[in-house]
Amino acid sequence: MRMIDELIAATPTFAGLEPAHLELIAGCARNEHVAAGALLMREGEAADRFFLIRHGLVALEVDAPGRGAMRIQTLHEGEVVGWSWLFAPFRWHEDVRAVENCRLVSFDGTCLRGKCEDDHELGYQLMKRFAATVIDRLQETRFQLLDVYGRAPASA
Amino acid sequence: MVPAPFEVLAKRQDTEDTWTLELEPRSGEPFEFAPGQFTMLSAGGAGEVPMSISGDPDQPERLVHTVHSLGLATQAVCATEPGQVLSVRGPFGRPWPLEALEGADVVIAAGGIGLPPLRPAILRMLAHRERYGRVVLLYSARTPEQLLFTDELAAWSERGLELLVTVDSAGPEWRGHVGVVTRLIRPAKLETGTLVAMSCGPEVMMRFMLAALADDGVRSDRMFVSMERNMQCGIGLCGHCQLGPKLLCRDGPVCVWSEIAPWLSVREL
Repeated sequence: MRMIDELIAATPTFAGLEPAHLELIAGCARNEHVAAGALLMREGEAADRFFLIRHGLVALEVDAPGRGAMRIQTLHEGEVVGWSWLFAPFRWHEDVRAVENCRLVSFDGTCLRGKCEDDHELGYQLMKRFAATVIDRLQETRFQLLDVYGRAPASA
Repeated sequence: MVPAPFEVLAKRQDTEDTWTLELEPRSGEPFEFAPGQFTMLSAGGAGEVPMSISGDPDQPERLVHTVHSLGLATQAVCATEPGQVLSVRGPFGRPWPLEALEGADVVIAAGGIGLPPLRPAILRMLAHRERYGRVVLLYSARTPEQLLFTDELAAWSERGLELLVTVDSAGPEWRGHVGVVTRLIRPAKLETGTLVAMSCGPEVMMRFMLAALADDGVRSDRMFVSMERNMQCGIGLCGHCQLGPKLLCRDGPVCVWSEIAPWLSVREL
């Protein structure tokens, strides 16, 4: 069985990290299985964890009164779920639900934040990588907001 | 070219505002076309509209169009019923270069009403599946309800098409991907070195998609798009569909991305 540091080293977010840093990160991580439909995070609750998807699909949802749960994005194998553990006020901004049965690596965000405070190089590396994830998702969200399949002005 | 009368044989509502019409030429002659070509279509006096052919190129006895009811001309086309007659000119334009793609892995990126112009190419590739490497369809729509050809997608998969679908938003009952079409690139696990891409959809969607594929190493001269502009004569005479040096009704609608991309960044063109 592969160790967690080997598993995470093969994913885009953690690729290229020093072995010592991978070991520190793995020390705050454990494998987890969740069933389809399970809620991984709830909007407004303390963001003390994040996940790496090894297998399966998870969805970010916002519950809107009168409309129910709106599924706004799904995340898939190899992607990280959650960055609010790294930034104040450390609270989730959406619900996160498993769409399928999922195999995840679950990280203790509080544990890892402490290690980042002790080792600023680790903190810089993680901040840089999570910032890249935030930028990617921001660009995708801007693209999504264009509503390119919405009804265009009538022409023909 | 003189319009020819085609009788509406069948009509199916695909989504809230999109219909597929099967037409038969009154002449009884087969309507031969190549995947990616279009016709100029009109109903009564509502004006002509360029319309990509969505039917099977190996069944030329039926001309099939999938029409998004958007303006006067398309509303009139969608309002026709079996037994009524439409006027058709064509086929026109440069098709998808399917023979040149043989041996390659092919990724097809379709957005919304961009799937119908790709359907003839998909059917032709599936009919000659052994001639191609991987054939991957990345298909996106606004909502699950606006996905087209949902009754065919599973059959295409069984015939060797790898299918990934995403929608811009959905309720919790949707079990698939949610997000923009570029998010399907990574799950598709494409080998981009010798990949060929074909795309049709809103211009912005194609621009984002092909830029993402280029970032992953796909050469822009191996990417093809189907462009829509203000086609009117259909034969390169009137100039209404000009984009830079190209008259898209004649030099398109299928274009090599490397030839067309610089003109798309020119404002107001």
